[in-house]
Amino acid sequence: PMGTDMAQTRHRCQQMLSLSHRAFFWLVSLLLSSLIWFIAVKASDPRDEPLQRGLLIFGVMFSVLLQEVFRFLYYKLLRKAIEGLVALSEDGCSPISIQQMAYVAGVGFGLMSGAFSMINLLADSLGPGTVGIHGDSQLYFLTSAFMTMVLIFLHTFWGILFFHGCEHRCWWEIAAVVVMHLAVSGSTFCNPMYVGSLVPSYSLMAITAVWAYLLSGGSAQNMRRFLLCKS
Amino acid sequence: MITFMNNSDSEEEPCNERTSLMSAESPPVPSYQDSLQASEAGEVQAHRKRRTGSSRGPSNTADGDVSDMGVPVRESTAENEEEELTLKYGAKHVIMLFVPVTLCMIVVVATIKSVRFYTEKNGQLIYTPFSEDTPSVGQRLLNSVLNTIIMISVIVVMTVFLVLLYKYRCYKFIHGWLILSSLMLLFLFTYIYLGEVLKTYNVAMDYPTLFLVIWNFGAVGMICIHWKGPLQLQQAYLIMISALMALVFIKYLPEWSAWVILGAISIYDLMAVLCPKGPLRMLVETAQERNEPIFPALIYSSAMIWTVGMAKPDTAARGSSHQTWDAAEDRRENHRSPSHADSQMSETRSPIPTRPITSFEEEESKERGVKLGLGDFIFYSVLVGKAAATASGDWNTTLACFVAILIGLCLTLLLLAVFKKALPALPISITFGLVFYFSTDNLVRPFMDTLASHQLYI
Repeated sequence: PMGTDMAQTRHRCQQMLSLSHRAFFWLVSLLLSSLIWFIAVKASDPRDEPLQRGLLIFGVMFSVLLQEVFRFLYYKLLRKAIEGLVALSEDGCSPISIQQMAYVAGVGFGLMSGAFSMINLLADSLGPGTVGIHGDSQLYFLTSAFMTMVLIFLHTFWGILFFHGCEHRCWWEIAAVVVMHLAVSGSTFCNPMYVGSLVPSYSLMAITAVWAYLLSGGSAQNMRRFLLCKS
Repeated sequence: MITFMNNSDSEEEPCNERTSLMSAESPPVPSYQDSLQASEAGEVQAHRKRRTGSSRGPSNTADGDVSDMGVPVRESTAENEEEELTLKYGAKHVIMLFVPVTLCMIVVVATIKSVRFYTEKNGQLIYTPFSEDTPSVGQRLLNSVLNTIIMISVIVVMTVFLVLLYKYRCYKFIHGWLILSSLMLLFLFTYIYLGEVLKTYNVAMDYPTLFLVIWNFGAVGMICIHWKGPLQLQQAYLIMISALMALVFIKYLPEWSAWVILGAISIYDLMAVLCPKGPLRMLVETAQERNEPIFPALIYSSAMIWTVGMAKPDTAARGSSHQTWDAAEDRRENHRSPSHADSQMSETRSPIPTRPITSFEEEESKERGVKLGLGDFIFYSVLVGKAAATASGDWNTTLACFVAILIGLCLTLLLLAVFKKALPALPISITFGLVFYFSTDNLVRPFMDTLASHQLYI
């Protein structure tokens, strides 16, 4: 009992720590990509609209790529940590599995990304104002909320996929994650035509969810058993 | 109030103890076990070690927080068990520190964002006499640097004074100072805070009710902090005191001075704790030589010592009260000049080994606590609060500073596990916090704003 209690406590604590580390890594990636964009904008003519838009697109894509790079770096860090834990433990097996860490890492990434996207919006939504008064879409808050939600889920699933790909050296899984991230970010360029961004994002999320579930060892039988509350 | 503050010449000199993280008892002397004979301690230790590797006997330099990466080297008999427990407790201790630091920051940010009083400029402290209302940038910078120099020198003088008092055993003086400080903090500052909150939300309250509330709050606080009380209540009071102190700092320090002071304080903390002649290091070492717990001052501790079957009741009392002090901060608080807030020496991490004196229990509460000085709490909250107050209404900056500080704390705890001695808690966190504040405010904010206006997602 003491052994299991110990393992569980450690488990929880390390999960929480991993969340915060992950958030930090995302933050650093955002910082670096903003730096690049900022430099590019300052170096260019502010009145040139298409150029500014082009720079923005470049900034977004670069940021997505940097996030994936940092996800990889985080994977490396986590790998070392788990190896250290395994070396220390008595029976040679780690209390935390890499899948659990992958899940937590994905959640951390997603939460940080979601928080940064939404928190200013939430603060503004308290204040006096009218949505879409200048002719913009009136569904701004609603669609922002949905988009943020889908991104958080996607980050979680991408975390699982990415780590699985790194573990088993399936490079195509990693490439798939990067391509999907770029696709989702790119689809947001269709906003305010929300059909072009929300629908593909949600369908991608469903696909990724099923994929991640299968990779984590789930199957149709497990799902049926779970839903029917069988033991 | 304002005038009082401005002309403050508070009788309580704030103590300037720097915050520092203290690793688990470095000398193999149990700090709370003064009454135990050495042999008894040795026996208990040996027995305990044999029994279970988890309890860190006084002979082990237990570092409270061992992150998953740090592994202390232990005696071979219980080496593996020790390591396991260290790791187990390491992560737990980090979380035990995350929660209070987060709570303190949340209180400060919530107050800053809602109560306008704390963001209005209403004079400056006596310790920062130079005004920043000058038109030229160079002059402003110069004034803030001068303010910083004055503030830091006051802090240094105070710390040295405190160390001298401690060295020459003027305990009564120190205790009186601390009590006066906490008195002022718990009553006066709380009254002001409550007044401002009620004003903001337009809630009417009559004086008798106010008196009753403040009296109860303050009296219970004094008892909890200086004497005995439930651990969580004591922790809650310490968090509130730190938040109040941080709010005072945020209000009365001019902008640029605040940032320069934060940077300078981290450097001072680093030097005071690590240099051989640093005042804080001397304080820690003196306390350890005398086998006394360092100060009943402003130290947040996250666990209780369970002394089971104590032969000497006062040891038990001492044991439990050891955890419950942390009142020292008042010193800081009292000062009208918040400058001394950071004087808290934070012994951050000394896990207090629980020791059953009767070694029959196999599992007495293995609550090892970690200790963090209140000065650390205060300066972390000042950084986040300033970010919330001055970052052009942007929440991203606040969030970024918050994450940066937590990561810095994590890293510091990791270093503590590796080095196992008193470490300063401020430098890494404050550096990260400052870097992230300035970079997020100037680089990330325009980027995120542009993205949000086009509703793009990354």
